[in-house]
Formats: sequence, C-alpha cells, structure tokens
Amino acid sequence: MTATAKTIDPIISAAWGKPQSWTLDSYKKRGGYEGLKKALEMQPAAIIDEVKKSNLRGRGGAGFPTGLKWSFVPKDSPKPKYLAVNGDESEPGTFKDRYILEDDPHMMLEGIAIASYALGVHTCYVYLRGEFKFPAERCQAAIDEAYKAGIFGKKMLGKDFELNCYLVRGAGAYICGEETALLESLEGKKGWPRLKPPFPAVVGLFGSPTVVNNVETLASVPHVFTGGSDWYAKLGTDKSGGTRLVCLSGSVNRPGVYEVSMFTTLAELIYDDKFGRGMPAGRKVKAVIPGGSSAPVLGADELDVAMEFEALKVKQTMAGSGGVIVMDDSTCMVRSLWRVARFYAEESCGQCTPCREGTPWQTRLLRKIEEGRGEPGDIEMLSNVASSIAPYPPIGLGNTICALGDAAALPTHSFLMRYRDEFEAHIREHRCPFGDKPWGSFGDWS
Amino acid sequence: MAEPLFTPEEQKKFDAGIAEIISHYPPERKSAGMLPALRVLQEIKGWLPPEGLRLVAKHLEVTPERAYEVASFYVMYHLKKPGKYVIDVCTNLSCSLWGAEKMLAYLEEKLGLKAGEANEKFTLRETECLASCGTAPCLQINEDHHESLTRAKLDAILAKLS
Repeated sequence: MTATAKTIDPIISAAWGKPQSWTLDSYKKRGGYEGLKKALEMQPAAIIDEVKKSNLRGRGGAGFPTGLKWSFVPKDSPKPKYLAVNGDESEPGTFKDRYILEDDPHMMLEGIAIASYALGVHTCYVYLRGEFKFPAERCQAAIDEAYKAGIFGKKMLGKDFELNCYLVRGAGAYICGEETALLESLEGKKGWPRLKPPFPAVVGLFGSPTVVNNVETLASVPHVFTGGSDWYAKLGTDKSGGTRLVCLSGSVNRPGVYEVSMFTTLAELIYDDKFGRGMPAGRKVKAVIPGGSSAPVLGADELDVAMEFEALKVKQTMAGSGGVIVMDDSTCMVRSLWRVARFYAEESCGQCTPCREGTPWQTRLLRKIEEGRGEPGDIEMLSNVASSIAPYPPIGLGNTICALGDAAALPTHSFLMRYRDEFEAHIREHRCPFGDKPWGSFGDWS
Repeated sequence: MAEPLFTPEEQKKFDAGIAEIISHYPPERKSAGMLPALRVLQEIKGWLPPEGLRLVAKHLEVTPERAYEVASFYVMYHLKKPGKYVIDVCTNLSCSLWGAEKMLAYLEEKLGLKAGEANEKFTLRETECLASCGTAPCLQINEDHHESLTRAKLDAILAKLS
C-alpha cells in the first residue's frame, strides 16, 4: 500500500520509546513546562479563552470542548474547586492513556498545572484504573519530581499558587470511567453514576465545583500554549483542534497506538505503512469498530471516513476513546457481539433496571444463537432488549442514568443492522457457520 | 483469645498507610480514603479479612457495612483468601482475536483449574480488557502485567512462580 495519510509531526507521542522519556530531565530538555511558564503570565480567564480557541475536545470519549467545560466552573463559588483526572482507561480497544502515563507523564502533569491555575484549583486527584500498577508507579515518580522541582506544592514555579496532586488507584470497575461514577469512587464509594444535572462543574467532588478531564486531554493542553491556540486549532478541522491518539487492534499486521491527524481515515490507519500495514495474508476487512467497543460497528465499505468526532457522527457512530478494532472475514460477528455483550453485562453497575437486566439478557440470547440453539424470534427479541436499554439511531437515547446503557445497546443495534444475515444463518443452520471453536486466527496461538 | 490481625510490623505499615491516605483529603472527608485504605489492607494481608474491613471502617469513621459494600463492588478486592498467584486473563475482543481463548484453555490444562477456580497456589480468572489490545494476548499475575504472550513466553513466566 502507498503512504497516503496526511502527515503530521507527533506531538503527544513524540518522545515515546526514547531513553528516560518519563523523567523531568528529559521532559525539560524537550521544552517541557514552557507552556506552563507562558500560562502563568496570563490571567486565568485568558487561559480558558486560549483553550476554547484551540478547539481542543475531550479525548475520553464524549469529545466535549475542553475550554467550554472549564468555563462552566462558577468563578464566585465559596467552595474549594477540584480537578479530577480520568485515567480509568477501560473501554475495550483503548490503550493510549497508558503510554502517556508510562512514557511521558510530565506532559499530563503540565496540563494539570495549567488547568489548575486557570480554574483556581488547589487539589487535583489523578484517578487511574486499579490494574495500572506500572503506569501508576511511573506517574507517582513524576508527581514526586514535580513537587521537588517546585511545580506542585506551596508555590508553582515561584508564583504564589498552591497545588497538591494525589494519585488514586481504582480497583477494577469499568463504570468508574464515567465521570460521576469516578467522583463517587474518589469519595470512597462504589461507582454508581449520579443523575445529571447538576453537572460536576457545578456540583462535583465533595459537592464542590469539579472538572473531570481525560489523561490525553490534559497532555494536549501544554501544546496549546507552547505552539499557540491558532497553530493548535489549524492542525485539525474547524471543530476539532490538534492531533489525536488512536489505538489499533484486532486483525491487522501492526497493531499499536498511533498519533494521527483529524483528517486521517480508518482505511489509512489500517493500510498505511506508517500505521497498521494492512491485513494478515489472505484476510479481508469485514468490520471495524471505530471508537472503543461501544461505538457502532462499520462495514468494510465504510472505511473512507476521518477518525474525527464530527465525521464519525455523520455515520451514526463515534470517535469515542479512539479504540479501533478490526475484524477480518474469518471472524464470526455473533461470537464477536456475544463477547462484547458479556463485557457490558459484567460491568453494569446494577443501578438502573434496563441495563442491569438487559445486559445479561442480551448475553444469554447471543450465547444461545452462537451455540446453535437459536429459534425464530430470537433476533427480534435481541433487538427489543437492546431498544429497551437504548434505542438507536441516533446515539444518546438511553433509558439509563449514564451512558453505559447506550454503550451496551449500540453494538447490538449496529451488528444487527449490518450483519443480520449472519445471525439468521446461525438460527437456520442450528450452528455457527464459522465453527464453534476458540478464536485466534493468527499469532502464536493460531 | 483470637489471633491478632497484624504482626507488629504489619500494624506499623497499616497505621502509616492510613495516616498518609487520610492526609490527602479534607478532614471531614476521611471516608474518601476507602479505596486506597482497602488496598493497603490487601497489600499487607493478601486479602480483606472481615476484621480488617471493620478496622478500616473505624479509621475512616464509617460503618463496617460501607467498607463491605465498597469491597464487594470492585473486582480487584479479595473477600476470600485467593491463591498465592492470582492470574487474570483478558479474553475481550481484541485479545480473543489474537488467541486469548486458546491461551486460557492452555492455562486451564496446565494448572488443572477452570477459570473462576482456585487452589492454594493459583487463582485463575477471566478478566475484562486490561488496556493491552495492541500487545495481545495479555494477562496479569498479582497485578504484574504481561503482554504479547506466546506459549514459550508464558511457560517461562509460569516456571518462575514457586
């Protein structure tokens, strides 16, 4: 395949894999904390304006404009304000924040310092998923360095501004990536999402105004100040500034995290020499999940689409957390959906009935169909169950407090829309046409 | 008399851990330290014994039921004593496409355990996505992460577990 993808210089991932890239020394040699120096010379309101002008959008899944989110924090609140960093990275197919934490944690810490100064935050909690032992060690070491260097602590680079930053590890719950569940967890409770409104910017951690930002979002912030908001905005489209990390996995020759432009298409990501380098020998693309396993699946004829929030929205799917999962023509779509459905059933927090009851029901129906026990009417029932959790299209009609319900229903709707014939074949033939065997079509376990 | 929960060294470690955690939160919000406090207890004892849960609750000024509620919600907390090595195998979509189900079957045979079972030495579990989809298949052993696993690599890792 020829290299056609629009070329950008990596910003976030530039130092990954280089010796000692996670240290303060390395980060400073690359111009680290210069963005913070610039920001500290500005008025807080001007900092928020710069972030607005940069068109930076949240990289955790929803793509909400970051500057706008910051501007929702009331300026006159007598309560303390908090910043909570969402490093719960648990959406299947997503593995990008981990590399920021492991290979360049100071980039995120600089973003934390800028955000805290702009928002008047004096306490920041970095919430990492419990399984991130090594990323947490690297991140904690970086926090310790930042205290020693006078970035965190009583003064920020000599300026009279106190910021304390604490790392908290979760304990294995996907739901805690939902921002209000994350706040509950930070308050020492089980991760049950809260009804919104009020939004965390007004009533968040300990009842105080709180901004929740993703790791990659915060790691992007310093670049808005070193390069300027105009430069940052122009890297992207008129609605999404900057670059983004995408995580390529599944049936491709070279899975991995790649920093791409907002114009890079799914096809380029899969086939380009700089990225995925195409499909394993003899295999063709059957389906691609473009934004983590909750994003509606796209077919092989729909890959000429940029991996950007607005472009994927037009396709009734989403850019989400950047997790691109490729399935080849030997992959059974019923089995794939069953596996995805099991995840949401496992991770449903149990608070809302449609999700608590609906997610295991989907799983039971899918298992029945995959194991050749499906009957006429099962597909309609599956579709009904999914619609009871969240109808589709469009995205966002869920009958539950949080978006986990939508996340669990969207794969079912989209798999049935595009691959219904495979589901019907399972029922008609009373077996899986792909063979009811464990997977693993390549690699050492094939 | 029942045996004390902690040895003197363990008690010291626990007290220091709890004091550090509480200092991270506003004074009236001690209970916010529940997750880290349970982690400290589990790091010391290998699991969360009931008297330990009561102790954590007392330090954080909440009811023991609250500690149990949190401990039972999150999968990484052990309410029963697990095997010496807890093996969590990801079998989600990206890992399965790279053979995770076969790797799990291989482990089940090798350890003589089904997923979800435990003996003195091993607890074997299927787990959800571990953010290692680009380096699949993967697993964690007592929270240590292993990725891009092949049969040879896995055998070498297992051989080191005594």
